[in-house]
Amino acid sequence: MTDIFELLKGKQGDSDYENKGVIVQGITGAYGSLHAKQMIAYGTNVVAGVTPGKGGQKFEDKVPVYNSMQEAVDATNAKISILFVPAKFFLGAAKDALNAGIKLLVAIPEHVPIRDTMEALDLANQKGAVIIGPNTPGIMIPELIKIGIMPPMPFKAGKIAVLSKSGTLLYEISDALTNAGFGQSITIGIGGDPVNGTRMIDAFEMVKDIPDLEGLVVVGEIGGDSEEILAQRIIDSGFNKPTVAYIAGRAAPKEKRMGHAGAIVMGTYGSAESKISMFNKANIPVAKRPAEVPVLLAGKMEKSD
Amino acid sequence: MQLLEFQAKELFREYGINLLESISSTNIEKGREDVKKLGYPFVIKIQVPVGGRGKAGGIQKCQNDDEFELKYPQVMDLTIKGEKARAILLEKMADIKKELYLSIFLNRSKRCYTIIASAEGGVEIESVKNQIIKEIGLGEVSDELAKEVAKEVGLEGNTAEQFADTLVKLSKLTIEKEAELVEINPLAIMQDDSIMALDGKFVTDDNSNFRHDELQKYQEKTEIEEQAEKSGFSLVELDGDIAVVGNGAGLVMSTLDMLSDNGGKPACFLDVGGGATTESVYEALTLISKLDRVKGILVNLYGGIVKTTVVAEAFLKAYENNLIDLPVFSRLKGTESEKATEMLQGSRTKIFTTVEEAINAAVMGVKN
Repeated sequence: MTDIFELLKGKQGDSDYENKGVIVQGITGAYGSLHAKQMIAYGTNVVAGVTPGKGGQKFEDKVPVYNSMQEAVDATNAKISILFVPAKFFLGAAKDALNAGIKLLVAIPEHVPIRDTMEALDLANQKGAVIIGPNTPGIMIPELIKIGIMPPMPFKAGKIAVLSKSGTLLYEISDALTNAGFGQSITIGIGGDPVNGTRMIDAFEMVKDIPDLEGLVVVGEIGGDSEEILAQRIIDSGFNKPTVAYIAGRAAPKEKRMGHAGAIVMGTYGSAESKISMFNKANIPVAKRPAEVPVLLAGKMEKSD
Repeated sequence: MQLLEFQAKELFREYGINLLESISSTNIEKGREDVKKLGYPFVIKIQVPVGGRGKAGGIQKCQNDDEFELKYPQVMDLTIKGEKARAILLEKMADIKKELYLSIFLNRSKRCYTIIASAEGGVEIESVKNQIIKEIGLGEVSDELAKEVAKEVGLEGNTAEQFADTLVKLSKLTIEKEAELVEINPLAIMQDDSIMALDGKFVTDDNSNFRHDELQKYQEKTEIEEQAEKSGFSLVELDGDIAVVGNGAGLVMSTLDMLSDNGGKPACFLDVGGGATTESVYEALTLISKLDRVKGILVNLYGGIVKTTVVAEAFLKAYENNLIDLPVFSRLKGTESEKATEMLQGSRTKIFTTVEEAINAAVMGVKN
């Protein structure tokens, strides 16, 4: 299993400890440049950008732009990239990154065809790399590194891990947690697509052994069965940190895609009831409203004291 | 999108999968012409993009003109799970020996395509017994694998060969059209031991639409849905009276849930996308103004970086241009919310600090 913290922070004593380099693919586009600036402002060490045909430029007079990922990786030795290209160019850009030696690829674009995601995942598996997304807000260790599009305001450093399929609900619920005094050790955006580079259980494996972890918050939504599988994994692994879940889409009609490509109930597959009943089985309370998440978490913590 | 049965069967035919003779129509005049070509007996099948048609009376046997004149309009008038008939398919009656189940679907948690086959088909997948399940990566099915599945289903001889052949063709169809699900249920063994697809279900990966112009003729969208798509929004029309608008699919679903918990009835799900600008919110209000059952608008935006004043401008512009005359109940998270509240003072837009307050006000507001 990938040590996500080693990728994001490195080891104590490394020259780039807590200052890992990040390459931005699509840095000269409107979306890529906006968020590259935001990431830099947050303190993320953006070491290079890639836009084919725009090599040689400097982004914001500082960050060198390269034509290919191979050039960017050769020049910077970075292992992390974030990808802002349009969905139809995702596969090409992802291959470019993985073949150049990227070990953590954060894929922001929405509307990537499933086949392309699966092909990129095949390659990532061969290369021992991790893909977060597509259709993810990204991944962050609050107050240390942000590789994504999330606004900084809702997040605060702390000891709760948050996993979320949805972007805005991640912000909303992290905001509620922060206000209640629960900072976050890491937040991972799973993404709203049917096929995720990092599934709920993969993300759980990444965070479950954080030494000072005090709690886990799972923000799911209708569609698929990744929440059910996670609940089963939590039962099987004997994970005993206070855990709270939230599931969006209880009132959604069946067989309709609710915004996210993956948010669709087919028969009983993917229904909110199915997810909620599995969390109940795992003794994990499910909040009815985002604002209820910190309340339930505090309740769980009292019990475990 | 989920294709209708007759559309799925058009694709099956293109890939050489055996089918009974059938003709589709959208009115009884054309239906009568079809009867002349097809001859009795046949089955009248409603064409809706949902399952459970048989139970709802949407599939009727038909032996003669009298039955046809009675049943065709009956089936055409049915609404199944909220879906009205898009067309009627007349299909020759079949002499069936046994019903099997066969599908290839995208297994989301395993992140690969998967075959499900069973010797006991003709019922909904949840009730299909003795399922044979094979994971097949990106969807490729070799002749050897297809034969192995046929054997495990318990087929022999010519029937096994035809089954394997059907499975290979189904895999080709799945890969080439980038389907999320292709299902034949039932796949029937006929009295003469031939194999026929009696029903067809086909769900596409809409994100691959740009590579599949040939499937666009099956796309059905209302005018409003088309406009929403052009603006980069996601819109699902619902049958209540409070329009729900927000940014991000999860947040809008969550708002829908809370509204329903509080006795409100959503008129639509409208996700304007991750960010929110004056333009996008104005465009959303334009779309909603075209839904005539709406009595109030509930807005839940988590801006983060967005200034709420930018959103307030959209509301003011919408009132100024007489675009809407509806009350708006709004929760705007972001900077400058005090200024935004001030801007909207005296207008029909109310700003609330929490979404719970906005929802309560909306539910009360549309009652009066």
